[in-house]
Amino acid sequence: MSIEVRDIWKRFGDFTALRDVSLHVEPGELLALLGPSGSGKTTLLRLIAGLERPDTGTISFEGEDATDRSVRDRRVGFVFQHYALFRHMTVFENVAFGPRVRPRETRPSEPEIQARVHELLDLVQLEGLARRMPTQLSGGQRQRVALARALAVQPRVLLLDEPFGALDARVRRELRRWLRKLHDELGITSLFVTHDQEEALELADRIVVVNEGRIEQVGAPDEVYRRPATPFVFGFLGEANWLSTTIDGRKASVGFRPDDLEISLGPLEGHSFAARVQRVQSLGARAKLELVSASGSLVQADVPSERVRTLALSPGAEVYAAPRELQVFPD
Amino acid sequence: MTSAAFERDSRSVSPQSVRAALEDPRWLRVTLISVALGFVFLFLFLPLAAVFSEALAGGLSVYWHAISEPIARKAILLTVIVACVSVPLNAVFGVAAAWAIARFEFRGKNLLITLIDLPFAVSPVISGLIFVLLFGAQGVFGPWLQAHGIKIIFAVPGIVLATTFITFPFVARELIPLMQEQGSEEEEAAISLGASGWQMFRRVTLPNIRLGLLYGVVLLNARAMGEFGAVSVVSGHVRGLTNTIPLHVEILYNEYQTDAAFAVATLLAFLALVTLIAKRALEWHIRKETES
Repeated sequence: MSIEVRDIWKRFGDFTALRDVSLHVEPGELLALLGPSGSGKTTLLRLIAGLERPDTGTISFEGEDATDRSVRDRRVGFVFQHYALFRHMTVFENVAFGPRVRPRETRPSEPEIQARVHELLDLVQLEGLARRMPTQLSGGQRQRVALARALAVQPRVLLLDEPFGALDARVRRELRRWLRKLHDELGITSLFVTHDQEEALELADRIVVVNEGRIEQVGAPDEVYRRPATPFVFGFLGEANWLSTTIDGRKASVGFRPDDLEISLGPLEGHSFAARVQRVQSLGARAKLELVSASGSLVQADVPSERVRTLALSPGAEVYAAPRELQVFPD
Repeated sequence: MTSAAFERDSRSVSPQSVRAALEDPRWLRVTLISVALGFVFLFLFLPLAAVFSEALAGGLSVYWHAISEPIARKAILLTVIVACVSVPLNAVFGVAAAWAIARFEFRGKNLLITLIDLPFAVSPVISGLIFVLLFGAQGVFGPWLQAHGIKIIFAVPGIVLATTFITFPFVARELIPLMQEQGSEEEEAAISLGASGWQMFRRVTLPNIRLGLLYGVVLLNARAMGEFGAVSVVSGHVRGLTNTIPLHVEILYNEYQTDAAFAVATLLAFLALVTLIAKRALEWHIRKETES
């Protein structure tokens, strides 16, 4: 299902959470809302779910205005950051909750509910844990129960708030891959909120970068990473070095990634600059260099360790550095 | 543990080392425990024992007569009726107030929280007087009530009103911190899954607060049945009509019917014991539930 968000403003007291936000979501895509905490990304997700109401602006589902439709009638599956599993219900009852609270006329029969819940528990690989209470589950298992519970209402949109935020690194990577696979199987339009750029880059079809209540850029992961629209996007999506320069008499900032730097002992072709090595830190296959440019700016470089050895780099060495790719932002 | 190992351990803040650091000298511990136990014995256990021994001083038949004669039975019945009205009223009010305070931001929220505690802060006698001033013959609504033949003061409705006023903080006080701590995510989840407001309340909110609610109700009930001051002011002490158990005990005592007074008082003592046991059991369940 397609979602159209148009000209949304949302304030909480003195705090403006969203300023004139518009967004189009394609049917079946997996979209990441990426931004630092307090940027408004969760508010945007809650607005789409219907858990908050916009001050102005509209939200439509499949061309149909849903701004005034309550969260009950939107048929969205919402997965909360801390899962919000019903603490006094078993895993089975948690997943069965949605079908059970349907009005009698549309409520599935008990055998149908049983079958549907077991099917969903099977899908999230928790078939054996139906009788457990939420407190008896690990974080990753709770997350999957929350997902199965949201899917039980056959939602048209799946909304996930920081779905991997509370998990440890290994479980997070596993679950990420699994969620991508699940999305490809089910094909439900899905939006997830994250502050982790790696997660957004790995998982999403498109990324929406949010900052201070505004959308900075919308695009495919590679596009957002390679062709950032604003200095914020460039800085948020990876480590960044900044140098100021003058182009055609106008001041501009030049940004480049530490791993996009070519280091050599003699001058290089293209945009190269002289620098002095201040610190060398080996991290196995890669090494981090701290350089000070002629103008006194600190520059981080991330190069293969082998390069450090062949050039015999050590603190105090004079080198030339050339960014293979750089971004120019007029000030 | 060798002393070297102990030294190494004590640098990190392990529970053992904290406890060791906070360990008081033996004499202090013994003194504090004796003082506490002595106090409990003198002020709680001795009076309770006295109540039972005085009550049974005249023998079992005197005891039985005191608590089963018609006027005593009327007092017991009235006490139960008052509790049957006040307890549900305040349970509903407490849940509603706690819900409003824990879930919504609104003007005057702090004022509401303060006002809920008012009955605890005001002397019960004053609480009773408030109702006399409002509904008594010389009160604000007195003439109107008289004209319509409605009796509140020196009648059962006044006793119910005063008791309800005195006991209304119990449930709200218990539930506000509980609901604030639990947050509203589960309720939002229920709504997003298609539940109506009532379904959400019955299937999610109520089961989550049920132990806290029960705890509040147990304390509320004990106070409703045992309240003396406020009820004494509005009741008018009409024997067999507007006397609750505490008022009946006082009258018996003032008439030098000591055996009977203590016999009826044992009913309140039993209520206190049952309340304490229920309170302990609930606390145990609540702790078990929060630990798991």
